[in-house]
Order: sequence, then structure tokens, then C-alpha cells
Amino acid sequence: MRTRQVSAFLENAPGRLLYLLNVLAEARVNLLAHNIVDASEFGIVHLLVDEPDRAIQAIRDAGMTCSMATVLDLLVPDEPGAFADRVLKPLAAAHVNIEYSYTLNAPCQGRARVVLKVDDLDRGEQALRATTL
Amino acid sequence: MIWNPERETMRRSDLETLQLDLLRRQLAHVYEAVPFYRQAFRDRGIAPEQVRSLADLRSLPFTTKTDFRDHYPFGLLAVPRQKLSRVHASSGTTGKPTVVAYSPADMDIWREVCARNLTAAGIVPEDLVQVSMGYGLFTGGLGWHQAAEHLGATVLPMSSGNTKRQIMLIQDFGVTVLVCTPSYAIYIAEQAEEMGVDLAASTLRVGIHGAEPWSEAMRHEIAVRLGLDPIDTYGLSEIIGPGVAGECTEHNGLHLNEDHFYAEIIDPKTGEVLPAGQRGELVVTTLTKEALPVIRYRTGDITSLMPEPCACGRTLVRMEKISGRTDDMLIVRGVNVFPSQIETVLLQVEGVQPHYVIIADREHGAMDDLEVWVEVSQDIFADDIGRLRRLQQHAEQEMQEVLGIHARVKLVEPNRIERSMGKARRVIDRREVYDPHDTTGRPGVS
Repeated sequence: MRTRQVSAFLENAPGRLLYLLNVLAEARVNLLAHNIVDASEFGIVHLLVDEPDRAIQAIRDAGMTCSMATVLDLLVPDEPGAFADRVLKPLAAAHVNIEYSYTLNAPCQGRARVVLKVDDLDRGEQALRATTL
Repeated sequence: MIWNPERETMRRSDLETLQLDLLRRQLAHVYEAVPFYRQAFRDRGIAPEQVRSLADLRSLPFTTKTDFRDHYPFGLLAVPRQKLSRVHASSGTTGKPTVVAYSPADMDIWREVCARNLTAAGIVPEDLVQVSMGYGLFTGGLGWHQAAEHLGATVLPMSSGNTKRQIMLIQDFGVTVLVCTPSYAIYIAEQAEEMGVDLAASTLRVGIHGAEPWSEAMRHEIAVRLGLDPIDTYGLSEIIGPGVAGECTEHNGLHLNEDHFYAEIIDPKTGEVLPAGQRGELVVTTLTKEALPVIRYRTGDITSLMPEPCACGRTLVRMEKISGRTDDMLIVRGVNVFPSQIETVLLQVEGVQPHYVIIADREHGAMDDLEVWVEVSQDIFADDIGRLRRLQQHAEQEMQEVLGIHARVKLVEPNRIERSMGKARRVIDRREVYDPHDTTGRPGVS
């Protein structure tokens, strides 16, 4: 149920996330899921990867700031109300607060889903049309 | 018009005789009354009476801003605290301010030298003078205020801020003279334009500016947008405040009030006095101060002296517009900002000493902007966005507290701050207020 997650500090500026992910790619670290929490000028990127130790090493070697966090990795049935009933209700009853949360879609027919929020939808869509499935 | 023709148009040889006489008295006064100077003279094996020429002053040690800090608050005073009329302060190199003080006689001198500057700028008793420099511990507001009254003009004590009201009163009262920092003059122009007010067509005719570096381009902009003649003035609280030097309407250098302040130009590296006309660090010795005489004060300001006579008739030497600083000190919105102050705040807030850089900027037509970039190292980082944000806000609050002005704190990734020659660059001044062709005294690049 527990798993280790990498949290990295990034400036909220064009190219910074790309730089971080290139560092991971060069270290042959595979990304399973990510999530960004931002405070307008800076943010924290949460990364679930196949090799967390190698990821931490590679990020620090690149001169960036990161830390390891332990998170809960849960499976719930893919049906209405499952997240509420099976995760949120027991935590609330136990007075456990959620600091952040994101979803990890299990690979399905070799595809993974990534959700992006961009500031210009039209241009973002245009830019990704050729590179995404 | 010349406020004090006898002194301001003196023959140079007579002036030097007067200076030597005053200098010898001033040295005897500090030796007698200030243990710091007595000790400094003894360390050099010099007695005040051994100074027999103005050049002999070179054998005496310098006074620095650190000396003010080390004798905080009243250790450099030559009179008991009870004899003071006024105490002012400016920001020092650490948390403690630099304290300066005035006896009643010093207040008379201060009014006199500032009144000379105002008169040289063309100000007459019929003028209505709006003082929009900060009042309070800063010497700018009250210094100009009392001098304008002394001159016989009408004074409107606005202090800085509340710009819309400043603009309203300029129009409603028929203000003719505006006293403020150059960046505030531009801000007033900007605001007026937003309000649809044409200040160029107002009653304003002279601007008295100073307390921060500015360029000829800014002078031109202020002249056009406010429809006035912008005059440069120079002063520093350690010496007296405003009133050390000021331009006449020839706009060709600032006349130094040499019968009260003796100026030397030194090589900031070696401390050697440079020949006339060469550019270096300005060192000032007060000649007539009673409460806080200062011997060979290193101003940190880069300038040169022009001994040639001026078309205005004054014989007082002119110093060129300040072309830079010898240290990391930044002057932002009239306030002295030292990297060491920011370092202290960061150390206190972060618990460790982070890498940082201070960036001063001046968006076109806006007030000086101060940003502090702080690298988020492993020590500071937490996987908690709220904590990082609180850290940032806390640092901003503490800086406001210590510096007296707002500085924006920006958290950046490690190694984003340019390192040069193995030494972190602490200050970047992007205001471009100095002559771009002159690299001798470019500020803030250490």
C-alpha cells in the first residue's frame, strides 16, 4: 500500500518541467504519474517513478532540489462512489487530512492518460496534435 | 541669486585659509570630545595641532559607516545627548540604524547650506515649495522643509505617498517647487497622466531632487513631463543630510559647500588622495559641526571635483553627478539597502544562509523595484507548498521591517543565480541610471 514518491522544487517558468523530465529520461527513470502543486511563481512536482532512488540522485546531480516522500498507493474499483466510499469516508472517520492527491491510470492497451491544464487551450492543442495519440 | 555671496564667491586662497582654520578647530574639538577620534589619532601618533596644512589631513585615518555602527547610538557625539536639538537615522549595514544628531548650532548650519542649494536652484521667497520627500528619521523631508522656511518660502509638508492628493494640491495651491526623489517625480508624472492632468502646464517651475542616483535621461524626462527645471542635489546623513552640494541653474556640477565640508577624492582601493579632476571616492570632513563632527568620512560615492570657476559666479568647487558606488550599497526609493541586512533577515527566517541575489529595477515610469531571489536549497525545501509560501511571506515581512521598504521575495531553483569568478554576485542594479559608457563606478557589481 505504501510507496515512495519524489517531490521536486521547480520555478513556474517555461521549460523547467521539461528540464526536469529530461534529467529523468537521461537517468533511464520511467515516469508512472505526476502532479503539480503551484504557488504562482514556484511549484512542487510530485513524481511516481519506477526507480525513486535513481531519480533523486539524478535530480540532485543536476543541481536541483528534491526530497523523498512516502505516500499511499491505493486501488479502488472503477465504479461510481468508490473513491468517496472506500477512501474518503474511512479517512474522514479517522480524522486523517489529505494534503494532495492525484490519479494514476493503469496502462490500458499500452496507453497512459496525462491531464494537462494549459493557459492557452487552442495553442496547446495545436502544439500537441502531432505528438499525441 | 546667491544666498551667501561672501562665502559662496570667496577667492579660492581666502577659502583655503578659512578651511584650514576651521579644520584645525574641528580636529581639536573631536580630539577633546570624542574618545573614538582621540584613540584613532593616538594610534597614528598624531596630535591635532600637527595638522598645519589642508594636505596634512591625509595623515589622519578614515571614518566609515562601520564606525557609526560600532558606536551606536551616541558614541560618536561630541556633545552630551541633552544638548541635542534633533536626532535622525538612516539604515546601517546591519539591523541597527546609523544615528546622526544636531546641536542648535548644527541646525543653523544645516538650514544655511540647504538654503544655499535652494537659492542656487533659483528658488525665491515667493515660491510655494511642496516637500514630497519622507518626513521622520530620514533627513530628506525635514532637512529641505526647514531650509525652505528659512529662505522665506511657503512650505507644503506633504512627505511621500498619497500621490493623487499630491497632484491635486500642486494644481489647487499653485505649487511652484517640488522636492522629491527623481523616481518619485517620474511616478507623479505617470499618475498625473493617468488622471488626465497635464502637470507640464502647471505652476511647477523647479524640481529639487536627490537622495538616489539618476541619469541625464531621467532629468530630461522629468523636465518634459512635469514642466520644471530638475536640479540635482547631494547629501548624506552622516555629514549633515541634504545640503552638502547642489547644482546651480548652469547644470554643470554640484557646488560643494566647502566652508563647511572639506572634500577629498581618493582611490577607493589604496586610500591615496587623487590629483584634482580625477574620479574616485568622495571623502568628506566636516569643518564646523558641533554635535557630530566627522573626519574623513568615506561616502562610498564615486565622483570628481571640478575646480574651474562657474559661470554663476560661485567659486565653490563643483562635483560631477555621482557616477556610482564603491560598495554593494543600493539606494532604492531614497533608502539605503545593504546586502548584509538582507542576509541577516534570510538567515533568521530560513534558519540557514541561502544563496540570494538582490535585484533593483526601474520599470519605465515606475518607482524603483526591489526583488530578492532566494535559492531553494535542500535545507529549505519541504514537500509542502503552504510552508514554502509562508517562508516567502515571512521573509517579505521581515525585510519590510528591517529595510523600511517593500522587497519582493522570489523563490528560485538552485544554481539559477549567476556566479561569477567563484564569488556570488549579490547585487544586480538594472536601473541603468549611470552613464553606460563609464564602467569605473558601475554600482552593485561586486
